[in-house]
Amino acid sequence: MNGETLLEVDDLRVSFRTGQGVLPIVEGVSFVVKAGEILSVVGESGSGKSLTALAIMRLITDPNAVITGSVRFRGQDLLGLPEPAMRSLRGGAIAMIFQDPMTALTPAYTVGAQIVEQIMAHRNAGRMAARTRAIDLLGAMGIASPRDIAGRYPHQLSGGMRQRVMIAMALSCDPALLIADEPTTALDVTVQAQILELILRLRGEFGSSVLLITHDMGVVAKVADRVVVMYAGAIAEAGATRALFARPAHPYTIGLLGAIPRLRGPRLVRLPAIPGAPPAPHDRPSGCGFAPRCAAATGICAAHPPLITHDGHAVACFHARAA
Amino acid sequence: MILVMVRRLGEMVFVLVSISVLVFLIFFATPGADPAARLAGRGATPATLAAVRHSFGLDKPLPVQYVLMMKHLFVTQDLTSFVNPGEKVVPAVLQAVPVTLSLVFGAAIIWVIAALVVGVLAAWARDTVLDRLLMLFSLIGVSMPVFWLAEVANLITQARYHDTWLFSWVPALGYVPLSVSVVGWFKSLVIPWTVLAVTYIGLYGRVLRSNLVEAMNEDYIRTARAKGLSERQIILRHALRMSLITLVSMFGLDFGLLAGGGALLIEVVSGLPGVGELTYQALQNLDLPFIMAAVLYGAVFIVVANTVVDMLYAVIDPRAR
Ligand SMILES: Nc1ncnc2c1ncn2[C@@H]1O[C@H](COP(=O)(O)OP(=O)(O)O)[C@@H](O)[C@H]1O
Ligand SMILES: [Mg+2]
Repeated sequence: MNGETLLEVDDLRVSFRTGQGVLPIVEGVSFVVKAGEILSVVGESGSGKSLTALAIMRLITDPNAVITGSVRFRGQDLLGLPEPAMRSLRGGAIAMIFQDPMTALTPAYTVGAQIVEQIMAHRNAGRMAARTRAIDLLGAMGIASPRDIAGRYPHQLSGGMRQRVMIAMALSCDPALLIADEPTTALDVTVQAQILELILRLRGEFGSSVLLITHDMGVVAKVADRVVVMYAGAIAEAGATRALFARPAHPYTIGLLGAIPRLRGPRLVRLPAIPGAPPAPHDRPSGCGFAPRCAAATGICAAHPPLITHDGHAVACFHARAA
Repeated sequence: MILVMVRRLGEMVFVLVSISVLVFLIFFATPGADPAARLAGRGATPATLAAVRHSFGLDKPLPVQYVLMMKHLFVTQDLTSFVNPGEKVVPAVLQAVPVTLSLVFGAAIIWVIAALVVGVLAAWARDTVLDRLLMLFSLIGVSMPVFWLAEVANLITQARYHDTWLFSWVPALGYVPLSVSVVGWFKSLVIPWTVLAVTYIGLYGRVLRSNLVEAMNEDYIRTARAKGLSERQIILRHALRMSLITLVSMFGLDFGLLAGGGALLIEVVSGLPGVGELTYQALQNLDLPFIMAAVLYGAVFIVVANTVVDMLYAVIDPRAR
């Protein structure tokens, strides 16, 4: 962890043109991922986490999407990059894995072949060399008989196994950044823990930074160095995991953490413990997105609270709890 | 995998025997009709009727009649027409089979290749002018009746423009066996092939496009994108590969139907003496032995084609193994 900035997202906005005008979903998100760190983006479903990740990867294919702001990877602006250059980054220097490993692999090919395909798309490697590497990678994912698993089809593997395959594939070209969009959400609890262990271990072995998206504060507590809390398309609070868990300042974060007894407790409960539900994208309030559910809300919350950073801890709330 | 294949073959044999029994019952055991009179055709003499009764054992119980009938068809192969006395049914059908297969195979090659091109191009250029044009032409292709198209082709290449440089090579209607002349065979079939393929190019092109567009929304396509594959690789290796699974089962059905006698209309209009044309003649003359043989042949072909497709299915879709 040398602290050098790898990815810099600045005022990223994603909106969709619809019949009722332009619908903003991600409303100005900024954060950085440093080399070697695990940054977690946490928030309830619908807060725009996946779209943020897909926008970074330039994988939003909807022709009605409007994406503005800047995404810099090693200083290079990704949003303006020509498609061929972006393509060689995808799966190369930046890899991504998804929430549902059951549908993320092409059913017609063996998992080994799918890893080989990615290696051969980026490396000047022969098929045999690529296959050897694929099997080595599967072994590194803690798979007992990697040669056998490489020859299996996706439907013959369990969800946890498929997610390991996805991770092996993502790491096959030594990415500097791994974006993991809720990689454990679709899995059993025990398997979830194994996959998280794996991601933690791999950060050490492969030296990749990880942008880990989750809705589970328990996951954040376990693996993240820093955390960005998103609510209704904007950042509510961001900071180092320890500091944020010790002294949450945003009422939303406090609510999220309220359900968790201790940082190192044996049982970490999932969110939300806050009454109500996040607003749908088309009826988000014009001011603070959290105000309708917030016990501390007052008249001033009808305006948009600025994100104020103090000592590396950022909060967007007029009533932020003093540190 | 082997086990699945063996089981599938067993099922096929069972279906074929069932069909032969069913066809037999329809022809021989329909209440209120004398099978001898039907077999012998219109205006048969009492002597002919007696001969028919004896030859098919019509005074014996039904199972015996069934066995006798199958013997005439498959063992001695001496089932004869009573409408055109002396004409042997089985050799006539066997002679017509290569014509039909030549026609259907050739058309299938054309339609599969062209439909792949149309479907992939349209899906690749989805929602553009090219896509709309391709789909419009496909719809026109699907809508044109094959016999009408064949008549138009005849009119153009045989009559109206036959003497121009463009169509002077077109031979007169009819079939040239492959064993006689490869070039002649090709020339005699190329226009019927094209005509027969038109409908299916339109149909398959449209189905393929919609399958591809649907596949492009799947999660595994997003993964393929995230891997850094090119759009061409994504469409051809991932989306097309998965779309082929539906297309293959469709193809099996259509191919079986056409080879089983469903190409009747174009065979008649293009003057190709295939199984469909044979059936057509038999129907016109109410020549029962021929009709029965044609029905059985058609059933066999459709069932066999379906079995082949089911086996292919297991090859191309690992989930079906
Ligand atoms: N193509 C689209 N057009 C319109 N709205 C979309 C589109 N894709 C996603 N959304 C909306 O964006 C919102 C946020 O989506 P997402 O980023 O997936 O949230 P999260 O990952 O945090 O659960 C959702 O409410 C969803 O309905
Ligand atoms: Mg999501």
